[in-house]
Amino acid sequence: MSGLQLKNPVLRWIEYRLPIFSFLDHSLGSSYPSPRNLSYWWNFGSLAGIALVIMIVSGITLAMQYTPHVDYAFDSVQRIDRDVNFGWLIRDIHVNTSFFFFIVVYIHVFRGLYYGSYKAPRELLWMLGLVILILMMATAFMGYVLPWGQMSFWGATVITNFFTAIPIVGDSITTWLWGGPAVDNATLNRFFSLHYLFPFLIVGVVILHIWALHRFGSNNPLGIDTKGPQDSIPFHPYYTVKDLFGLGVFLTFLALVIFFFPDSMGEPENYIEANPLSTPAHIVPEWYFLPFYAILRAVTFDFLWIIDAKLGGVILMFGSIIILFFLPWLDRSPVRSSAFRPYHKWFFWILVLDCFVLGWVGANAPDAEFHGVPFVIIGQVATAYYFAHFLVILPLLGIFERPKPLPASISEPVLSGGGMAAGAAAKPMEKA
Amino acid sequence: MNRLFALGLTALLGLGSGAAQAAEGVAIPSHSWSFSGLFGTFDRAQLQRGFQVYREVCSSCHSIKYISFRNFLDLGYTPDEIKALAAEYTVMDGPNDDGEMFERPAIPADRFPLAFPNEQAARAANNGAYPPDLSLMTKARKSGPDYNYALMIGYPEEPPADVELMDGMYYNDYFPGHQIAMPAPLSEDIVEYADGTAATVEQMAEDVTAFLMWTAEPNLETRKSMGVTVILFLLVLTGVLFAAKKKIWSDLH
Amino acid sequence: MAETANPPHGGEGETRRDFLYLTAGFMSAVGAGIAVWPFLDSMNPSADVLALAEVEVDISPIAEGQAVTVMWQGKPIFIRHRTKGEIEAAEAADADAADMIDPETDEARVEKPEWLVMVGVCTHLGCVPKGQRAGDPRGEYGGWLCPCHGSHYDTSGRIRKGPAPKNLPVPPYVFLDDTTIKIG
Repeated sequence: MSGLQLKNPVLRWIEYRLPIFSFLDHSLGSSYPSPRNLSYWWNFGSLAGIALVIMIVSGITLAMQYTPHVDYAFDSVQRIDRDVNFGWLIRDIHVNTSFFFFIVVYIHVFRGLYYGSYKAPRELLWMLGLVILILMMATAFMGYVLPWGQMSFWGATVITNFFTAIPIVGDSITTWLWGGPAVDNATLNRFFSLHYLFPFLIVGVVILHIWALHRFGSNNPLGIDTKGPQDSIPFHPYYTVKDLFGLGVFLTFLALVIFFFPDSMGEPENYIEANPLSTPAHIVPEWYFLPFYAILRAVTFDFLWIIDAKLGGVILMFGSIIILFFLPWLDRSPVRSSAFRPYHKWFFWILVLDCFVLGWVGANAPDAEFHGVPFVIIGQVATAYYFAHFLVILPLLGIFERPKPLPASISEPVLSGGGMAAGAAAKPMEKA
Repeated sequence: MNRLFALGLTALLGLGSGAAQAAEGVAIPSHSWSFSGLFGTFDRAQLQRGFQVYREVCSSCHSIKYISFRNFLDLGYTPDEIKALAAEYTVMDGPNDDGEMFERPAIPADRFPLAFPNEQAARAANNGAYPPDLSLMTKARKSGPDYNYALMIGYPEEPPADVELMDGMYYNDYFPGHQIAMPAPLSEDIVEYADGTAATVEQMAEDVTAFLMWTAEPNLETRKSMGVTVILFLLVLTGVLFAAKKKIWSDLH
Repeated sequence: MAETANPPHGGEGETRRDFLYLTAGFMSAVGAGIAVWPFLDSMNPSADVLALAEVEVDISPIAEGQAVTVMWQGKPIFIRHRTKGEIEAAEAADADAADMIDPETDEARVEKPEWLVMVGVCTHLGCVPKGQRAGDPRGEYGGWLCPCHGSHYDTSGRIRKGPAPKNLPVPPYVFLDDTTIKIG
């Protein structure tokens, strides 16, 4: 399917020496066959890529004006908002795109969960995506510290204190992270340095992620493999134009928030300069961390003899992501798409609900109550369910669920039999 | 997200930022502001009145450290008026060639002088309490403008009978915990407005809150007007892209 | 193209299609172009920097034959209270002005002959010339000497010898009164 014919002699000259145009053509062009039935849920991968680019461009521009010093950081952010040409706009773009980046990536992850995109042969693709998510979280956390507001400072203090939970070496590790006896100038400086570095690590893993994607192509809403040319369409122009349209919608929503509700997803408390002597009444992480925060606080009792509540919470919190690395082997069902899995479909939506419940619990003080039920209890139940979904429900579904019959091919989803007409000669892209 | 949604809904309807809960569950009444809503703008006359209130009442204890005199161009003052205004204040400069710090009249490029040289001095002069900087106050509280306004008019004649105030504290309906170190700052006719507006407590509270919204976000009007253009452009572009998508995909069976 | 995709329609459909592509492409290009501007403009001088575009200097303490250097927009400004001899030397050189590297009369470079105000940045590659302090070398023409590549400036700050292409520039300034000048 090498459809690239270059007319321009200069381009041909370059192509002969560096085959970059055919590389692009095979990656995003007309020579990249994609399943013809991808829904709009498949737009979120490219949106995440665009969000990353927006973050890097606005971030580099902001770094030219920002001062990573405890005495000047807050003031330099105010200077960006007030005196730098369009500084307020660039900062609003950076801050709010970070929120949208997480929304887009979370939708992308849940799409993968629903349609079984993590299953063979795409396990590594899935795991690379999880690595990106973890890097994103680290980057976002460090970025939130940079404005040196009250939430920045106390968020940094609380999160880095997790590491004190590690037995024996915990305190040494925390001191090493801080570069001193507390979160201070050394901490701010290294966070700035790493906040600048990590996005480029993300770019690297994104390249691996796309590379792995192109090995077998996109999964699709039916979850069955493309069986031949009649099942696929060229990425360009079909999906380029569809992605562009999706981008237009994304940018419109983003602009609405940037220009009219720029502070809606942040904390007012962060407009107060960091004060190491005064903890705010109610510390909450950014909303995209709330479910994890709820899991962290769900452990209020000691496990066994060596794991106290603090360490238990930390283990569970990290475990909630680590467990996703094992998902391809926890979910034993041979069928990918939940469209053909009558029970998994429902458990998927319960899991989504469970994550929202965790987020809601994370936003509330642990000793607060909801209609007489303490939030900590709700958090414990929701945490238990989260892990049960992956460790109990999925393995059992693999054994007991009877999937609906799969269509023969993408282009003939109506036929439930094994009729493979035109595409019979085409070799399947992998063994099911 | 819920907060965003609620904010979005109320702001789209032009209702301002809505009622919010203070830490103790006291509802902050919402107030209508000229600067809220999609097309909201500042009222220059109100900002000037608010600045007058700040200058004559608040500035004895509270600073606006992120504001420079030159910023007052935004309020509708002329460069000469700003120069004259700046010259009324002295700022510390130096060291000079003899190594001494010296005072000189402020120029438009200078920041508005601080009420106290540092936090310790502020606490020493205020019975241990620290009057916070007001530059960002309307952004540093939930429903900032509503809260600021409510706080300033929220001093009842007499505190409720069951409340025992600590020494040097005052009762406020909206301050978290109700005990605030600041006595009621505003009283009828404490300032005399140059434009003849009646200086009621409500009027002054509203004016100074609008002024503080401006100190917190002087770019608010640029942001909103630019936003309208950008969103209209994006809507059209998205529409064209949707049509192109339809057209291209119409080739498929 | 996959087999299932029809060839493009001819006639009216094609016109509509081209129009859509052109509009979409044009709008995207314009939008992207405009979106780049805030990022580029953020690298231009900011409002707080521009606000310091003027400085006022009290020149009363500068004795005849002395010079001071003040900062204006991040650049050194040379203010020299010239001696009679220096003024005469500068005016005498006006006769040769036509042969200078950057022809200019002394009169064109000062508001008042005894006060010479210049941006103290060598027009060659941006070094700060020597000659402000008592012990400094002042070059063959008794004015300033750039230590980097040996540009000699005379007592009017004109380039007389060396690689620099222009005289030391005179910033915009006015005498507010006899003892105060405003630069900028």
